[in-house]
Amino acid sequence: MPWNKVVDRAMSHWMEATGPHSDVVLSTRIRLARNLEGFPFPHMLSEGQAAEVIRKVEAGVREIDKIQVPGVVSPVELYRLAEIPPLARQVLVEKHLISPPLAQDARGRAVAISANEAVSIMVNEEDHIRIQVLSSGLDLENTWTLASRVDDALEEKLTYAFHNVRGYLTACPTNLGTGLRASVMVHLPALVITGQAGRLFNTLGQFGLAVRGYFGEGTDAQGNIYQISNQVTLGRSEEDIISNLNGVAQQVIEHERKARDHLKRQMRAQIEDRVGRAYGILTGAHILSSEEAMRLLSDVRLGVDLGLIPRVPVKVLNELLVAIRPAFLQKTAGKDLGPFERDVRRASLVRQRLAA
Amino acid sequence: MLCQNCGQRPATVHIVKQVNNHKEEYHLCETCAREQGQFSMELPNFSLQQLLASMLEEGPWGPMPGSLQAPAETRCPSCGLTFRQFKERGFFGCGQCYTTFEGELLPLLRRMQGSDRHVGKAPRRTGGRLRVRRDLEQLRQQLQRAIAAEEYEKAAELRDRIRVLEQRLEAGGEGGAVE
Ligand SMILES: [Zn+2]
Ligand SMILES: [Zn+2]
Repeated sequence: MPWNKVVDRAMSHWMEATGPHSDVVLSTRIRLARNLEGFPFPHMLSEGQAAEVIRKVEAGVREIDKIQVPGVVSPVELYRLAEIPPLARQVLVEKHLISPPLAQDARGRAVAISANEAVSIMVNEEDHIRIQVLSSGLDLENTWTLASRVDDALEEKLTYAFHNVRGYLTACPTNLGTGLRASVMVHLPALVITGQAGRLFNTLGQFGLAVRGYFGEGTDAQGNIYQISNQVTLGRSEEDIISNLNGVAQQVIEHERKARDHLKRQMRAQIEDRVGRAYGILTGAHILSSEEAMRLLSDVRLGVDLGLIPRVPVKVLNELLVAIRPAFLQKTAGKDLGPFERDVRRASLVRQRLAA
Repeated sequence: MLCQNCGQRPATVHIVKQVNNHKEEYHLCETCAREQGQFSMELPNFSLQQLLASMLEEGPWGPMPGSLQAPAETRCPSCGLTFRQFKERGFFGCGQCYTTFEGELLPLLRRMQGSDRHVGKAPRRTGGRLRVRRDLEQLRQQLQRAIAAEEYEKAAELRDRIRVLEQRLEAGGEGGAVE
């Protein structure tokens, strides 16, 4: 598949909203950091060495298709980022397939992406290899299993930098050991509205977890979407890390649902008003900033989850999270757009998708 | 809550870290979080520079006890990195650096990660011996429990499995390149 195809569509597998607890958890992500033995870490690589690392990983990636790793939708194709124009690279960032640093400096870097975009493997980011698996809803165990299988398949062809006592060696010691970062992306409008979010985030720290606003480009955690992930990667097994995060995520889900319930029972008129207004603006507006769109989409999503707006499928809301981003809008338009033109196009896109 | 770095914008990035009994909290605005390290879609790395800074010298959140000293001239024989460069960049140069700077690194790991020993997955091919050893450890524990519970049939079965693994280790493990 040419990279155009990946860049052209807004929808990835994880946005289908088919996973468990999709009313609160948008997606689950597992990331594994790995490095090759015998090469310096990426920031110390010469141009030639970087190219060689890409070639080696490419051979490993072919192995994934060859042995037909269960759960991976083939083919997994590798793209050298220097061959992809900057705007298209930015779209890959907006789709969460690559990280911003990888898009910014494309030299000596690559990414392999599976056909359904659930698996992406970044090459020469902070580490030689970063395996990332994304899935819908809260699904940590299966996502981990898939990531581990991809890891095993790559290892058929590659020799990892591994130390018997320290584990997988990574460029930064914050990833040492398992190289595992597990995270869940959660939509917590009711906890934010009821003023409980801050307190919850502080207590999550006691479980060795970190929270951040996910789409927060400005000064706000846009759209009430947060990412919760493990901090510690050493001294605990992958299964421990995952079950810890899973347990905490379950509790967060429970709190959010309770808060939603409370809103529906105790503040029904206010919530109906808020949700109805959001829906009204999104279906009627002709100029929409990214920030306003994120805020209103969050309200509409809450309305859908509470059964106050039956019309909008959640996967459309997920798709819009990507489709309204600046690079994606410009890619769809086929040209650079100023902020005002983007706001106009964004409004038109949202009207269309909500009406469909 | 305001950003604890600039004190102007609202804090939207919250990092809370609990290592042993020591709790560290950082509340930053997106702008400061971005400036203070790579702002990637991965969460944790951005805090590394502060983390290192606060552990190694006087960081933005006050001095930390037990400042670590490394001879400035020690270089990793494999990649040429010095510990000073590591502190500046937050990245090691190669896998060998972990051995080169082990003395400086261990206290750092214990504070940052709460541990300095990996307990988890090992590579299938090159980590074969480690895997076998870990399996052995587990089987021996199971054997003890079986004997304590007087489950002799189960114990016999476990003993056979242990024997097989021990023989495999003596024969050189499965591809055991590491060690
Ligand atoms: Zn700030
Ligand atoms: Zn080195």
